[in-house]
Amino acid sequence: MNDLLDLSPDEWTAVRLSLRVATVAMLASLPVGIAVAYLLARGRFPGKAILSGIVFLPLILPPVVTGYLLLLSFGRRGPIGAFLDQHFGIVFSFRWTGAALACAVMAFPLLVRSIRLSIEAVDRRLEEAAGTLGANPLWVFLFITLPLILPGIIAGMILCFAKAMGEFGATITFVSNIPGETQTLPTAIYTLTQIPGGEAGAMRLTLIAIVISMAAVIVSELLARRVDQRMWNE
Amino acid sequence: MNLAVDVTHRFGSFLLEASFVSEGRLTAFFGRSGSGKTSLVNIIAGIVRPDRGRIVLEDTVLVDTERRIFVPKYRRRVGYVFQEGRLFPHLTVRQNLLFGRWFTAKRERQIGLDQVLDLLGIAHLLDRRPGALSGGEKQRVAIGRALLTSPRLLLLDEPLASLDDTRKEEILPFIERLRDEAEVPIVYVSHSISEVTRLATTVVVILDGRIAAVGPPTDVLGREGLLDAHDAGEAGTLIEAVVAEHDHYFGLTTLRSPAGVLQAPRLDLPIGTPVRVRIRARDVMIATARPDGLSALNLLSGRVTALDGSGEGSIAVGLDCGGVRLTARLTRKSVDTLRLAPGREVYAVIKSVALDRESLGRAPAGVMAAADRRLPSTEGGTAGARETGR
Repeated sequence: MNDLLDLSPDEWTAVRLSLRVATVAMLASLPVGIAVAYLLARGRFPGKAILSGIVFLPLILPPVVTGYLLLLSFGRRGPIGAFLDQHFGIVFSFRWTGAALACAVMAFPLLVRSIRLSIEAVDRRLEEAAGTLGANPLWVFLFITLPLILPGIIAGMILCFAKAMGEFGATITFVSNIPGETQTLPTAIYTLTQIPGGEAGAMRLTLIAIVISMAAVIVSELLARRVDQRMWNE
Repeated sequence: MNLAVDVTHRFGSFLLEASFVSEGRLTAFFGRSGSGKTSLVNIIAGIVRPDRGRIVLEDTVLVDTERRIFVPKYRRRVGYVFQEGRLFPHLTVRQNLLFGRWFTAKRERQIGLDQVLDLLGIAHLLDRRPGALSGGEKQRVAIGRALLTSPRLLLLDEPLASLDDTRKEEILPFIERLRDEAEVPIVYVSHSISEVTRLATTVVVILDGRIAAVGPPTDVLGREGLLDAHDAGEAGTLIEAVVAEHDHYFGLTTLRSPAGVLQAPRLDLPIGTPVRVRIRARDVMIATARPDGLSALNLLSGRVTALDGSGEGSIAVGLDCGGVRLTARLTRKSVDTLRLAPGREVYAVIKSVALDRESLGRAPAGVMAAADRRLPSTEGGTAGARETGR
């Protein structure tokens, strides 16, 4: 039993790295996700269908293909990767930041979808009312729209986090599986199942994955309930 | 106040063509549902941009499509109370009330939170959320929220439509106070003739997207033909009167009007208060001689001025009682039997119970004097009603 809780240093590293990658992926994609969701829900512009298609592509493409496309564009010799490396010193390939990028791209459709649905559900008459009270469109968004879509944002963030914790295909294709740098929980489990005597370690990490996922779901439930209560009760 | 509107806007197959000028303290947009009242209010508020036209409030041009002027709604300082309240569910009553104040420059703030709480009686609701309020409370908070932006014009779009009669009675006095005490001109949208009777200083009748008439309520609401289209049974005339005496024993209030003395069920208003009484045409009987042994308490002597037989099976008999116009709706048979004709001296008989709370309202302060001046010639003059193309 003790064996189950006694993680090796390498396993700990994988867990910590996974949490860091998922958290960074979630937080970094949140502002972009809200902006894109708003555009898709409210915007009327040519090419909206194309934007929507690009955003949702990672959901449909095989993850390995997404990972490969990331490698081609964000790799050291890729057009974007080379540019970022030369001008800002930002490197994605074979770094944990690359893992975060891969996770963010893969989880982005889920984040956008959740927020977009909640924006579409907002009673626009409330926004009109705020406008007649003197609030310009930016204030209306910050004081009315944003608080009203908070439950959707929370749900989207949790989905994004969970997806990022479990991302495998795109990550391993883009940044490989380097212990301590890009070896996240799923890739660590995969590695352990490939070596003799790794079953115990794989089991430990599996349990941790379950615990983290459950915790994420419970936290999102509690947050959503608190938001709901604040809004409708008392 | 001076509100000049001249706009054209097409909503799908519905065409709104409205042009009027109102100088009234409370301008009522009156018309049945679907006639375009709310659309017009949305255009004034800046929620809808009209296809063509011009809106001027006092000296400020809000819209002028020719000069490409369109002041966005958040810069108009026009307070809007919506039919359904539209309180922000995620904010407390206090936060809802103070929402617009954030965006009002300090030097433009004319009314304080305490004043509004006092005027509307909502101080005890401050820490609640809109979800926990009754319909009447919600509407009062919505009115307060609009007032706290210190608007230059207050738009009330059927604020009582979603409420039952008890709640309406709870809010109407607040609107009367608003009209008489707050220095904000009001546009009040309603399809209820009794609300318009109680509140309006100017009535704009809207019919199928067009302005059918504009003028003081005594003129406009007395026009049988105009109102028949809306609610035939409610058509009648409006008399301005003063509370003269209370009879506690019988529970009656005596009203003095240029037409004569009227007795109505007891009103809770101090003596001397100007009031308006709407007398429905169907509640008026006519006697050719002074009747005897009659239960009805109100007997006004007058003269027949006109007979209008355009209604089905019935005739609207126009009367002049001491300079006040009154209409009685009688059957063709009665008119024949009594041999009524213009010029004939008659008595109008009105049951006191017909003058119920629904048809009585406080007249806006300062209107009585104007009404007196207008009495000798009801038509004509600048204050008279204008009939526009129908």
